[in-house]
Amino acid sequence: MKRALIPLLFFIGLSVALAISLTKDPRRLEDTLIDHPFPAFSLSSLDEPDAVLTEQTVQGHISVVNVFGSWCVTCNVEHPILMEVSRDENIRLIGLNWRDDREEAKTWLAKRGNPYDLIIFDPDSELAIPLGVSGAPETFVTDKNGRIRYKHSGAISFEDWDNIFQPLFKTLEAE
Amino acid sequence: MIAEIGHFCLILALVTAILQAALPLYGAKTEQSVFMGFADQAARIQFTLLAVSFACLTYSFLISDFSVKLAATHSHTTKPFLYKISGVWGNHEGSILLWTLMLGLYGFLFSLFSKPLPAKLRARTLAVQGLLGIGFISFIIFTSNPFERLFPVPMDGLGLNPILQDPGLAIHPPLLYMGYVGYSLAFSMAVAALISGEIGAAWAKAVKPWSLLAWSFLTLGITMGSIWAYYELGWGGWWMWDPVENVSFMPWLIGTALLHSIMVMERRQNLAHWTVLLAITAFSLSLVGTFIVRSGVLVSVHAFAVDPARGVFILALLLAATGGALSLYAFRAKTLVRRAEFDQISREGGLVLNNLLLATATATVFLGTFYPLLMDAFTGDKISVGKPYFELTFAPIMVVLIVFMGAAPMLKWQKDSLASLKNFGLVSGLGALIIIGLTFLFGKSVLGGFGLALAAYLAFGVFKAFRRKGPLSALPKQARYNHISFTLAHLGIAIFTAGAVIMSVWADDTIGRVKPGESLEVAGYTFTLTDVSGGESGNYNYRRGEVSIYKNGRDIKTLHTEQRFYPVRQMITTEAGFRFSPGATLFAAIGEGTSEDGYILRANYQPAMIWIWIGALLMSLAGFLALIGLRSFSHATIPAKAKDSAPEVAVS
Repeated sequence: MKRALIPLLFFIGLSVALAISLTKDPRRLEDTLIDHPFPAFSLSSLDEPDAVLTEQTVQGHISVVNVFGSWCVTCNVEHPILMEVSRDENIRLIGLNWRDDREEAKTWLAKRGNPYDLIIFDPDSELAIPLGVSGAPETFVTDKNGRIRYKHSGAISFEDWDNIFQPLFKTLEAE
Repeated sequence: MIAEIGHFCLILALVTAILQAALPLYGAKTEQSVFMGFADQAARIQFTLLAVSFACLTYSFLISDFSVKLAATHSHTTKPFLYKISGVWGNHEGSILLWTLMLGLYGFLFSLFSKPLPAKLRARTLAVQGLLGIGFISFIIFTSNPFERLFPVPMDGLGLNPILQDPGLAIHPPLLYMGYVGYSLAFSMAVAALISGEIGAAWAKAVKPWSLLAWSFLTLGITMGSIWAYYELGWGGWWMWDPVENVSFMPWLIGTALLHSIMVMERRQNLAHWTVLLAITAFSLSLVGTFIVRSGVLVSVHAFAVDPARGVFILALLLAATGGALSLYAFRAKTLVRRAEFDQISREGGLVLNNLLLATATATVFLGTFYPLLMDAFTGDKISVGKPYFELTFAPIMVVLIVFMGAAPMLKWQKDSLASLKNFGLVSGLGALIIIGLTFLFGKSVLGGFGLALAAYLAFGVFKAFRRKGPLSALPKQARYNHISFTLAHLGIAIFTAGAVIMSVWADDTIGRVKPGESLEVAGYTFTLTDVSGGESGNYNYRRGEVSIYKNGRDIKTLHTEQRFYPVRQMITTEAGFRFSPGATLFAAIGEGTSEDGYILRANYQPAMIWIWIGALLMSLAGFLALIGLRSFSHATIPAKAKDSAPEVAVS
């Protein structure tokens, strides 16, 4: 009898986990880093291994930092949207290439086009960990002072762009 | 009007399902054959109502009735005929309706083809099928009504997501659902048998055809999905370990284990616990798959509908179905006798090992798919587990599985000794060394040689086991079909393994910016971009590149690749040009660019690609063949056969 309960108990455990996960919206999560300065870092650029990028990259203007990787399936879906929104000259779109291989990332971008103004290369999660990156794709918006103001988990859709990002840019611009 | 008829039929189907669940259960309890017999009529009426409802929705799509919200958001007047039909299930509401239609279809088929089974088992199975029907039809009516109207009526629809506009996708979901939903019958039969407590060889024989049917369709469905993803998404991969792929793969692994454990049960009245649990698990995993895709808890390319309310509903369904079945199992387990031990080195020993390995493989995939979700639920951390995890954990289990798979079918039932495999082992070992040596010399890969040796070893084992039975014509009809399907299915795995190994070791690709007239080189092939043109076709605009391929100066083929722009959806898709061949599949895809700067061109060389699918299709074919064998044998002989073998296992 006791052994016969094992499958049921296992299933109950799983159901609880599924139920908890339902209460969370996987795309929008509150983040402890909101309103905090963008973490300090010193990493190379994807295109130029010798160029050093630091947190100053995101300071002075509103920036969108998008975490991506050539291994990330969902990034394929998000990519055309980034290509489209990057046409807007006013947006500074920074890529954070995470846990990737330099050559594979370059090939990935060459195949699909490069929407980013510049790309931070972070193979060992040196920036991703302090930034609290939980998965790719993920997108952060920073204000002119280099503070993180918004975090978006999962692929951005056109609706997200129009309904969340655009109004946010207007607010940040007005500050 | 048509939409309202569809909606009304759905409500009637719900009422029928309620009666189908309640009356036969009551009838079986009180031994009243009139109430038990009602299950048959109810199953047929329910299916007919669902079919009419589905036809109504299809009609709304065909005539582009955009007052139906679903048609307006997923169809378009300019869409080709085939995609107007496939658009019906290219969205959440329609695909759940298709799911439910299949559930009804299986109840209907069961009522037609299970007449020789004991009346109580039939009645209870159909009643449980009715309970599942109640759950899913309510799900449609209360959270996902496909017949919702839209006012004001739009001039035109939004169109189907272009990546879903593909013949592969038109047939992939129905096949996959035939597999997924097929396990509902194994589930219902398991629950029905648990209610009575009678689970023995006769039950195993009765479950077998339905498990085979579901498994064959699931195999076919997953393969079609892989083919679709390969040439439509154009990522150059045939399996991405995407959560949605994984949730279709898990029922397949468990379903495969189920088929093998049924074999032990029908011959040796053993493994009753395992078989019942596998039957419940296979369908539960199908439900979990539905939960994942429909609730959007995992971010994935496939998860196109995100709605927590739907997630809650499916979770409740899962709780009721699986929780109920497992509680019943816990309650009944002591009445199922655990059979005497058997020798480890025997056919059933091998089959138990097969079950354990497949269950472990499923657990591995399960963990990789759900670990991120569990972490999130309990610690709030979000992590992602990618391809490397699966390659690292899944592949070794498969290696062990194949090692045993090659030899086990040669063992005798009950008791055998390893000495009987001595010669086989020696020849295999020698052959493996030669293959590894040759592959290292010509292919420069140790891993590739190891993989190929494994595939060859399996094929050799299948060949030996095939020969062992003597000439096919001497076997009785059912045994002949069984033997052929065993051979094809295992050979399918060998071919699949060889293909997967070759692809992962020797595939190559290159990418570059080329102007018309310039070329790329990959694996000895020259891809030349000969011409680029633009234009408009159907519901999209395109840029078309012509790429001719040469090898050693010999003209191989000219490929057409397109980049398409769908104005209605504002989406761009890439259509790669393919040359499929037994040797190597070549493909080229054109990307952004101008005639001055050149265009981005990608050239892929993928050796043995199609053998992966041929292997998988062979497995599916094997399943259908075994089913034909069973059909000619028919249920009619089951009661008689059960009597002269061992007595039924434990009656409570």
